[in-house]
Amino acid sequence: MQAIGSPEFWIQQLINALGLGSQYALMAVGLAMVFAVMRLINFAHGTVMMASAYIGLLLLQRGVPFPAVALGAIAGAAALGVLLERIAYRPVRGAPDVALLLNSFAAAVLLENLAVLLFSPRSRPFPMPALLTRVLHPGGNLFLPSIHLWAFAGALLALGGLAFFVTRTRLGLAMRAAAENPVAAQLLGIEIGKVTLLAFAIGSAMAGLAVLFWTAHVGTINPSMGFEPVLKAFVACVIGGFGTIQGAVLGGYLLGALEILLQGFLPSGIVGYRDALVYGILILLLLVRPGGVLGYLEAERV
Amino acid sequence: MGDPAVLELRNLEAAYGAIRALHGLSLTVRTGEVVALLGPNGAGKTTTLRVISGLLRPVRGQVLYRGQEITGRHPAYIARMGIIQCPEGRQVFKNLTVRENLTLGGYRLRDPARERRNMERVLALFPMLKERLHQPAGLLSGGQQQMLAIARALMADPEVLLLDEPSLGLAPRVVDEVFEALAQLKANGLTMLIVEQNAEKALGLADRAYVLEAGRLVLAEDAARLRENPDLIRIYLGR
Repeated sequence: MQAIGSPEFWIQQLINALGLGSQYALMAVGLAMVFAVMRLINFAHGTVMMASAYIGLLLLQRGVPFPAVALGAIAGAAALGVLLERIAYRPVRGAPDVALLLNSFAAAVLLENLAVLLFSPRSRPFPMPALLTRVLHPGGNLFLPSIHLWAFAGALLALGGLAFFVTRTRLGLAMRAAAENPVAAQLLGIEIGKVTLLAFAIGSAMAGLAVLFWTAHVGTINPSMGFEPVLKAFVACVIGGFGTIQGAVLGGYLLGALEILLQGFLPSGIVGYRDALVYGILILLLLVRPGGVLGYLEAERV
Repeated sequence: MGDPAVLELRNLEAAYGAIRALHGLSLTVRTGEVVALLGPNGAGKTTTLRVISGLLRPVRGQVLYRGQEITGRHPAYIARMGIIQCPEGRQVFKNLTVRENLTLGGYRLRDPARERRNMERVLALFPMLKERLHQPAGLLSGGQQQMLAIARALMADPEVLLLDEPSLGLAPRVVDEVFEALAQLKANGLTMLIVEQNAEKALGLADRAYVLEAGRLVLAEDAARLRENPDLIRIYLGR
């Protein structure tokens, strides 16, 4: 442990914040993309992460090599996101938004209970390869958990790819157009259904990637493990500004930094209240900037 | 005049819930023609365009595109066939740059070479867009946004361009600019169906005009004749 306030302390905080923030950013992006195209806060997003972790575990137990396990979990998450859109959301398009929201809760509860039935409610260890769980000692008293490196590199690649997709490709532009003005987008030949599915697929794949890092941190998985990630993703979106990819990413890193700072500075007696403090700060932020850091109010969007 | 019909509406009836908006509207747009659809507020002009573009399913009646029925098809399908609507209130993608808006205009073409050629053409038609390619469209003035909306529609190489109130909310000088551009498009042979409150401007451009009142067709006439007989317009449009 470094002395509070020393340069080493700050570097350590930065490492931790970037590692954690990368996970939150990846989780939040999917929530933001779905919100952008559907005006839905997809609470089943966390359940997709849970299911993706179980897919990974099943593959691992069958002796599949880890890189393929990771790809399988990510692809599984994407497929599940697509299924969710098809089964739970598309049939109620055009209904009031609250119907979508209720369906997302229903899907989350159903999937979670399905996992309880299939795998029992207890936690299971998820053995990660040493490459992901090692802690490096780059010098001094610094700890560099390799998972932070993986998470940061993974986020950089995935989010960089996403940025390229939405600014440089025909489909990516179509997605942003459909998010902003679905009617005008359709009048140019853009199919909203296709773009929506794509948002689910990409966002869920990002979440599948994030949950690998999350699981490497926690070490075990269980059917209700999706709740905390989706909550973090939601808070990240609110902090950064809801419904934009930049907002989700910024919010993810800000939330990560905030949690790490509180963890580092709070006296040990109060550190258990860290999350309560995080939400307190969130409320204060929303009082000052109701649309989040990058956000604009819904009313201004029209 | 003997040209084949590009677009034909037969006995269209449309409604918003219990409220009837169109009562059996029939009209034709032929290749290379500019047709104006005139009428007071609430006459059903915008509704007609919404039905053509597939945004509103008619209660009864047919929409035919080159003789083929497209009634009730998805808006994206209809747009991909080449019926491109430039909607009321411009509806540019404000968070996207001017260039991105234009690129999306060419979405249906899937042809980079054609897209580049169209981009050159629309930038020649609206040179002011050239200096603003990298600005978010939301930063443009109302008139510039209208020009961008038309340019975006042109990027799709429309077979028929549907224009909904292109003069709405614009200063007279800007209206002139917009209509000069439309005249140029007409000279190039573009087929257009234009909905306008500004009857004088629309008649200056159109070959023929239809006048709608409370969802019914009350007059179908050559635009030239209407230009020469402003009284006719006054009777029907109440001005």
